Amino acid sequence: MALRTTFELKTGMATREAFGKALAALGREDSRIVVCDADLSKSTYTSLFAKEFPDRFFECGIAEANMVGIGAGLASAGKIAFVSSFSCFLMNKGFEQLRVAVAYPRLAAFKAVGTHSGISIGEDGPSQMSVEDLGLACSLPGFTVLSPADEVATMALVRAAAYHPAPVFIRTGRAKVPIVYQDGQSFEIGKAVELIEGSDVAILATGLMVAEAIRAQETLEAEGISARVLDIHTIKPLDREAIARAAAETGALVVAEEHLVDGGLGVRVAQVVAGTSPCVMEFVGIQDTYAESATPEQLLDKYGLLARDVAEAARKAVGRKK
Amino acid sequence: MPSAKSPEELQALCKGLRRDIVRMIGAAKSGHPGGALSAVEILVTLYFDVMRHDPKNPAWEDRDRCILSKGHGVPVLYAVLAEAGYTPKDALNTLRKLGSPYQGHPDKRFIPALEASTGSLGQGLSIGLGMALAARLDGRDFRTYVILGDGEIQEGQVWEGAMFAAFHKVDNIVAIVDYNRIQLDGFVKDIMELEPLAAKWQGFGWHVIELDGHDIPALRSAFAEAASVKGKPSVLIAHTVKGKGVSFMENNPKFHGTAPTPAEVELALQELQ
Repeated sequence: MALRTTFELKTGMATREAFGKALAALGREDSRIVVCDADLSKSTYTSLFAKEFPDRFFECGIAEANMVGIGAGLASAGKIAFVSSFSCFLMNKGFEQLRVAVAYPRLAAFKAVGTHSGISIGEDGPSQMSVEDLGLACSLPGFTVLSPADEVATMALVRAAAYHPAPVFIRTGRAKVPIVYQDGQSFEIGKAVELIEGSDVAILATGLMVAEAIRAQETLEAEGISARVLDIHTIKPLDREAIARAAAETGALVVAEEHLVDGGLGVRVAQVVAGTSPCVMEFVGIQDTYAESATPEQLLDKYGLLARDVAEAARKAVGRKK
Repeated sequence: MPSAKSPEELQALCKGLRRDIVRMIGAAKSGHPGGALSAVEILVTLYFDVMRHDPKNPAWEDRDRCILSKGHGVPVLYAVLAEAGYTPKDALNTLRKLGSPYQGHPDKRFIPALEASTGSLGQGLSIGLGMALAARLDGRDFRTYVILGDGEIQEGQVWEGAMFAAFHKVDNIVAIVDYNRIQLDGFVKDIMELEPLAAKWQGFGWHVIELDGHDIPALRSAFAEAASVKGKPSVLIAHTVKGKGVSFMENNPKFHGTAPTPAEVELALQELQ
């Protein structure tokens, strides 16, 4: 059952800010919650937690490898450890430690949260842009990987992640993003949300591409194309049932992500589709390149991550069916 | 908790564990004998004298923690854990074989009494610091010991951890450098010199104790000294001999990562009578 048919898409807060607020709220309820950051707490919003709970906040300085190890030690000794930085630094500089100190012993109380994901960070440019984090996180056996679309989803999923019996990576962004969900919407890790019903093509989107997918659906509807929209907020484990059903019922899928098309959501969805109901697929994402400095809007436009691009991919997919 | 033993009894125990190490690596036909043999007294002093732990209750929240950050030296830890009663002694010779709890490097999935899975060098100090912080937060008095290889501390992460520990005044952790002066490619001084090592740790804000890492009474008093130092972390720079106890392995870079042949195992066992 789809959620509803019309969306206001009013601009809300950035998912990084929603993460910071959710974390502080969790801290008030559960004294086991501890937080590590690497000199970016004002940007990751873990400063909100640090201000309220200075004893449970560990400033690690600009040393992500050590930070991940410290989080692993805390998680091994009875704490629920949230370890946060810009996604590119946490996942790239901390990857070896995530692999050996966290994933390998399957430390369920370890939660990695990357902010400033994707290219929508804008002016700071590619060295700060995390465009491979989903691929990296999904390659860690036993990890659960979450990619919320808006503030409502972020708050719910951060809370769910805290008590989820597996290590988790949560991907959040710097830019303010449209609010997709109404307050009180419930989320289940591993269960996609069908936002809009449709039968000609299904758009599987994650992160800020969910709002673009909703906008694309409105355009497509006006053209007589019935598009289903799914929010894939859990990248791993994927909701195989919802994906297989979308493939079987529409025969054409578009996957939209603010991530390199190599190694992201698209290839993972294709794997499910190949093993269930093979169908036409199109992929909206960052091609084999690094972006550049510009405003977030200019970058999403230049690198093909707008509703326009999703709609075009949907038309192409529908056309290829015949 | 294992009953207290005299230094003489501990010394005898070390000899027995060296035999276990040689036998198990010989049976596995691969492994790292040199760095296991150099750390025997360090681990024996910890597990049979210094540390508070209970083999019947490996998940005891107030147990002292020991992390073997130089994971390739794990045969010594397996010999100690088996001797203490955590794991089956009669299975030591299944080291590195399919289905064995005695994996090639420490793997918590197979032996819950291992405090961390290690093997990729440089990570143990950070993990130990997290445990030490948790103890401080909860007002628990357990202590955390991290055994580092000398070659291992060429890894940058170790120094990130060293800086963190002093800055955050983590005084319930002790790092032990097994300074056997040999790494895989040769002598440490020829690969990437560490000296002046004590000055490095001092410069990072640590209380430094240098000692003979095969001298059990010296180890014992060094751990006691470390426990009395407040407001800063302590490190033992333990001068050791790679391959200690087996004449043809001592100071021989070949036995960093080469298993003894059956004939060499026999020879070694004769020396360790």
